Amino acid sequence: MNIAIASGKGGTGKTTIAMSLAACCARNEISAALLDCDVEEPNVNLFLKAEIESTETVNVLIPKVDEPRCTGCGECERICAFNAIVLVKGKPLIFADMCHSCGGCYHVCPERAIEEIEKPIGVIESGTGGGIAFAGGRLSIGEAMSPPLIRAVKRCHPEAETRIIDSPPGTSCPAVEAMRDADFVVLVSEPTPFGLNDLTLAAGAVRALGLPFGVVLNRSDIGGKLILKEYRSRGFEIIASIPHSRAIAEGYSRGDCVSVIIERHRAEIEKIASYAERYNKKGART
Amino acid sequence: MKIAISASGKDMKAPVDERFGRAPGFILFDDTADKFEYINNNKNLEAAQGAGIQSAKTVIDSGSVVLITGNVGPKAYATLSSAGIEIYLTSGGTIEEAIAAYRAGTLKKVDNANVEGHW
Repeated sequence: MNIAIASGKGGTGKTTIAMSLAACCARNEISAALLDCDVEEPNVNLFLKAEIESTETVNVLIPKVDEPRCTGCGECERICAFNAIVLVKGKPLIFADMCHSCGGCYHVCPERAIEEIEKPIGVIESGTGGGIAFAGGRLSIGEAMSPPLIRAVKRCHPEAETRIIDSPPGTSCPAVEAMRDADFVVLVSEPTPFGLNDLTLAAGAVRALGLPFGVVLNRSDIGGKLILKEYRSRGFEIIASIPHSRAIAEGYSRGDCVSVIIERHRAEIEKIASYAERYNKKGART
Repeated sequence: MKIAISASGKDMKAPVDERFGRAPGFILFDDTADKFEYINNNKNLEAAQGAGIQSAKTVIDSGSVVLITGNVGPKAYATLSSAGIEIYLTSGGTIEEAIAAYRAGTLKKVDNANVEGHW
């Protein structure tokens, strides 16, 4: 099954929860894959330290005009919803970084004067670490279109029983692309007014996608009772809680908070796994 | 010869708008006839992306050969220069003053974008 770990707010502990869940699967002898879809700021492998066995370049298609064939009719400019093609004195000028690779210009050109060429946008690094299959996207610096790379990362390690998708923060296209098609979404939040605000936004996005979700409270004891009451009154089901602790922070600073979490809070991580299992479309494990 | 100036208002006394792509409008000044017209750029002011490119197209299609503005980004520059439009920068002042400075030869001509996109 596919479990997306998302948050709305950044820095709530998505990667920590994703890693802990993967480590928990590995200990329970469930084959797990960890997919780092936060391609603008990938960090999973700083912690997992998987040995990279392969690096694959991911391309998108952009138009290229065969100038002698072009009659300057402007059909390509008219169909482009992103202003990526502009006709200047009868010649199409292409802005590759505005292009969303829809292929519209290629299809409408009556002269067949447009061909689609590949443009690299980033890489996917794959490997294995601690018994967990890993794939992580890394968007090229200056590149704006992350969804095609996120989609490519999500195609990795289809053989794994549980695929954990570490999503980017926010509620815009990259976060939606990472969460889409998941069987279950884990929203990691921290009990602060800021955390609650962004969780509410993220939950709105998940509901719009029609996906089931549960909330994991990280640093669950930092916000006081009032804010927890507000979580409940907004109808968020809290499926697990990890308290704020110096031991976890120290582990994190060494690049290994997962072993601390597994040692001290394994039951909470197991709760996330078993809650998500209810939504496993492939049926319960035997 | 037609000169386009990014404008905060609709007449020659209006301040030059420092933005190019998201200027509210352009004054098109015809220096042979000594006449001007105003074109609205609201559509691009509100565009999600590509405002510079589309504004450049507006200026190109207006038949202007010179543009006076406050700042120009890389995509607007690429579009304008592909049509051979000369770009001059100014800061502060009215449209009238900017045209006078252009005629006096005191405006700086640019041969590259002077700001990043989304300035």
